[in-house]
This record gives sequence, structure tokens and C-alpha cells, in this order.
Amino acid sequence: MTGMKAKLYHKLHHAEKIQMKKTIKMHEKRNTKQKNDEKTPQGAVPVYLLDREGQSQAKWEVPLPKVRAQGETEVLKVIQTGKRKKKAWKRMVTKVCFVGDGFTRKPPKYERFIRPMGLCFKKAHVTHPELKATFCLPILGVKKNPSSPLYTTLGVITTKLGLVTQRGKVIWGKYAQVTNNPEDDGCINAVLLV
Amino acid sequence: MAAAAAAAAAAGGEAAARDVQRLLVQFQDEGGRLLGSPFDVPVDITPERLQLVCHALLAQEDPLPLAFYVHDAEITSSLGKTLESQAVETEKVLDIIYQPQAIFRVRAVTRCTSSLEGHSEAVISVAFSPTGKYLASGSGDTTVRFWDLSTETPYFTCQGHRHWVLSISWSPDGKTLASGCKNGQILLWDPSTGKQVGRVLAGHSKWITGLSWEPLHANPECRYMASSSKDGSVRVWDTTAGRCERILTGHTQSVTCLRWGGDGLLYSASQDRTIKVWRAHDGVLCRTLQGHGHWVNTMALSTDYALRTGAFEPAEASINAQDLKGSLQELKDRALRRYNLVRGQGPERLVSGSDDFTLFMWSPTEDKKPLARMTGHQALINQVLFSPDSRIIASASFDKSIKLWDGRTGKYLASLRGHVAAVYQIAWSADSRLLVSGSSDSTLKVWDVKAQKLAADLPGHADEVYAVDWSPDGQRVASGGKDKCLRIWRR
Repeated sequence: MTGMKAKLYHKLHHAEKIQMKKTIKMHEKRNTKQKNDEKTPQGAVPVYLLDREGQSQAKWEVPLPKVRAQGETEVLKVIQTGKRKKKAWKRMVTKVCFVGDGFTRKPPKYERFIRPMGLCFKKAHVTHPELKATFCLPILGVKKNPSSPLYTTLGVITTKLGLVTQRGKVIWGKYAQVTNNPEDDGCINAVLLV
Repeated sequence: MAAAAAAAAAAGGEAAARDVQRLLVQFQDEGGRLLGSPFDVPVDITPERLQLVCHALLAQEDPLPLAFYVHDAEITSSLGKTLESQAVETEKVLDIIYQPQAIFRVRAVTRCTSSLEGHSEAVISVAFSPTGKYLASGSGDTTVRFWDLSTETPYFTCQGHRHWVLSISWSPDGKTLASGCKNGQILLWDPSTGKQVGRVLAGHSKWITGLSWEPLHANPECRYMASSSKDGSVRVWDTTAGRCERILTGHTQSVTCLRWGGDGLLYSASQDRTIKVWRAHDGVLCRTLQGHGHWVNTMALSTDYALRTGAFEPAEASINAQDLKGSLQELKDRALRRYNLVRGQGPERLVSGSDDFTLFMWSPTEDKKPLARMTGHQALINQVLFSPDSRIIASASFDKSIKLWDGRTGKYLASLRGHVAAVYQIAWSADSRLLVSGSSDSTLKVWDVKAQKLAADLPGHADEVYAVDWSPDGQRVASGGKDKCLRIWRR
């Protein structure tokens, strides 16, 4: 191609080439990581806290991952009562629960939440994470069920829930977190929160 | 002697009228030297009367207030009451130890006079100059700021560091400030102009954990400075030439704390559980002090306050802090006199606090074995400080308490409880009567050491308090923390 046509063609081609080069460079930049010299990281701490990155926050966090929220239909099963089995205001708890020492049932006719005796536990197998020893300790109470406050008051122990156990003769109770699904295994396994 | 006899006789005369038991007492100073000869005094003598007798015996022009101790128990109301709990033989001579207290009295700070914003990241270190004239703060936004104390406004902002400014340290004459950052660089600043002095002192490969200047009485020009770093080495820098004079290696892990003692010895504490004692002028390792079971976090020398303030005498402080006046020789003499006064007869004592929840007291110039082991804390110890008169040791720990120990024997005195989270830093007032502590629960608390109780609670910070300092003239307390603002507290 010669002459005027060639000039126009080259001009167009040149513009395209520039654009292509730009896009290639952008793609390259995306793949490589640039060392960011200008920005200093956030979260400045004094000297005495520098080597202690994981220490003081760990006290308040539980060692196990987050809990799955459980719906009401999973935890509470509807019991149909009445002469024609039409009334459906009673619920039976399907998960393991803890009731205290002085527990007496309400009169069965008026009981809304039924906790089956077979699913009530008094002891838990608690592991000390550092000593790697497991003890079978009585449960003092259920501190928190993360799914719902209602479950806490009922004493429902589901997966990964805090419960209090007593450690030997020293009176202070300690928190432990449940690590298994007790309704499947038939026993409560927990890890001590130190 | 005549006045003393008269005072004793006056006390005796009254008592004879009331027919009270009498005892023979002998006055002794803290070092054990006897003062005068045994005196016959009634059992119900009060500290004021004892002070009259002592002043007459000491024959000084300006009488200092004194405190009296019998068998380590202070005499508060009368000699008799203090002896009630102890078995005393009336035949033997009783030793009463007198301790001069500071003449001036520092008043407790009660209110926040200003909250100085300006830093764009957390304030990590705060330090008053030795005379209390300037205030400097280092922060996570890589700047060092100087603040004007009379108007409580910012003075200068010094850029130059490229990472968090971890530690700052004033030279003992108050003319230079050294600051170390997380990249291992040290810069020097002039507080009156806010400009950098000299070259960047680079050499450390990891972050700076501590800075310490050579004491004024050893060299009034304030030329040499030592720095410790996470890379395990200690470097001695010549600040006028801008180069590293000496490198002291020996520690196998990070050096967490550094102190330049008044006898020409450098003390360095490390995460490898040892404390090494070096000779400053030639860098020879003198001694290694072992005993801790975990990282050694902090150290304190009994003469720390005197070394920090140099030739400045807190008793002579005025409302407007001034620079030190006098020739180099005069400054050196004054600093040396103050140093010898605080040190007393014996050698310097060193206290170290560690992650193994205990403190050790050492006499590093003499012995490799510790003098005392101080246990009682239930979590790691973050900072330990001698009081300015070196009689009491205060230790701040992550178990939310501050413990007081006797400065000479290491015996436990009391626990100060009140904080609800880890106590990070403490600072003494110049008269050794008050202690301020800053904690992770965002409050500062001022404690009365004599009564061993809380004197004032200073809430106000929005987040953790990382650094506190009490000015040597006793007027102000400065604190900085995670909420990026620096607060000044006054009476």
C-alpha cells in the first residue's frame, strides 16, 4: 500500500497498537504484586505488645469455629395431644439438655416443653487443652446457647455451647465448650476454656 | 546536743509526770550508720517529737521531713502503738531508722486539662524532657510531635521515620531527642526547632526496642547513646559523628530492655531469659545474669530517675520549666551529686520483670546470683520501676494489679487493685509519694503510695492507654493511647 491510503492505515494501526500495549501492561500488573512502600500498616502497638500478637485477645474467644443457628423445628418437635390429637401446643425437645438438681416437672397436663429423661445429662467429658487429659465432671449449668435465649433457659445443649463444669474440689466453676453433637453420640464432650 | 537533750528532757518530763514506760532508742540512718548515742524516751513519743530530736542531732540548716521505722513498721501515731504488735525488750536498745522524705510535695493530678489531637494513628510513646519543659510523643503514623506545655498546643511535627515510632528517649541535658522506629532506624531531633539533627542512624536489621543515653555525670556533652533491637544486638552510637561506635552481640533472641548505668556498665535484658552486663567503654561482657524462666520484659535500676533527670533537681522546679543553666562542669557536678545521693553506699540495684510472673533483684556489679526473688503476680509483668528515692519498687502486670515491694530487700509491701484490665505502664511522681498507672481498660489511676490506696481515678481515654509519663517538675501527667489523642492531666 502506498500513498494516502498507507498513511491513513498506519495512523489507525498505530492507535490500535498503543491501546493493545496498554491493556497488556494492565494485565501484567494485575498478576504481579507491587510492594507498597508508601503505606505503613494499621494497628500500631507499643514495643511491649509487639511479640504478643495472639495472646490477650485469645482469652475472650472460644477455640472452636462459629456455631450454626438452629431452627425451632429442628430442636423442638411438635407433640399432638388431645382426644383427637388435634391440639399441637406441646413441644418436645429433641436435643440433649441439662436440668438442675432441684428440678421437678410441671404437672404433665400443663407442661409446654417436654424434656425427655433419656436426653437429660448431668455429667460431661471435659478435656483440658494443654494437659491433654479428659475428666468426667458434673455440669453446673448451661451458660449460653448461641441459637436462642429460649434454649438457654430450657437448658438445651446443642453443638458448641458453653456450659459450666466444676473442677475438682476448688470451688470455682470453669467454662467449657461442647464439641460434639450429644444427641447422636449419647455423651457430652467438651473442651475447657482456659 | 544541748537542744536534743532539752527536747528529750521535755518529753521525758511530761511522761514522768504520767508515769509511762521508758525505752532506750538509737537512731540509725538507712545505711546503718548510728546517729548520736542511745536516748531515753517515753513509749508514747510521737513522730513529731522524734523529728525534733533528730533534727537537733543532725544539726542541718534546712530540716527535712523525716519518717521513722521500727523493725520495718512505720511509726505513725506513737512509738507505743507501733510496738504493741511486736515483742520488745525494755532492756535492749531499740533501733529506730529515720528516712528523709522529699521536701517538696507533688499534688495528685485530678483533671484532664486538654486532649491533644494531631496524631493520625495510635500514640505509642510519650516522654517529658528531663526538666519538664518539652513533651514529645511518638506514634504509629511515623511522626514524632513536640507539644508546647504552657499553651497545650502542638509545637512541631517531625517527619522522617518510615514506620511506627516505637521508642523515644531524651538526652539527660534535654537538648536532643532520639527516636527509634520499627524499621530499625534511629533519628535525632532538636526540640527547640523541630528539625532533625545529624544523620539517620541505621544499622539494626529489626525494630528498636529500647534507647538509653550515657549519664550526664559520665559525660556532660551527651554524646553517646545505646540502642537495643529485636535482632538481638545492642549498638552504641556516637551522636555527634553519626556512626555506630560499637556493636555488642551475645544475646540469642530479641533484646527487650536496655539501661545505661551510672557506673559505666550497660545492662541488657532479652527474650533468651538472660540479662547481660557489658562494660560501656570497651564493650566487654562482664556478667550474664540467669534465673528467669521465660522472656525478661523489663528492667529498672535503683538510680534510674537520677540518671534520667541529670542535673535537674525537682525540688528547685518553677512553674515555667527552664533549660538547665551552667557550664558543662557545673552540670556534671550537680548530676554526680544527685546520683550519689540516690545511690547511697551500696552498688546499684537492678530489678527485672519477666513473663514467668516473677521479678528478680540483682546487684549486678557484684554478684551473678540474685539478691531476692519476688513472686506473687498472676500474669506477666509489663513494667517495673524504682521510686525516685529508690525505696520502693512498683511492678505493673497483666493480672490487673500493681504490686509494691521494698526497694532494698525486695520484700512484698502491698498490692494496688482497681484496674479491670491489664496494667500497661506506670510512672512515679518526683517526690516518690504518688504513682500513676495506665491500663488497657482506658483509665489512668493515681495511687497514694504511703496509704497504699487509690488517690484519683482518671477516665477519659476512649481506648487502651499505651504510654504515661509524669513530668519531673511534678506538675503534669501526659498519657497517650490507641484513641490517637494525647491527654494532659493537672491538679
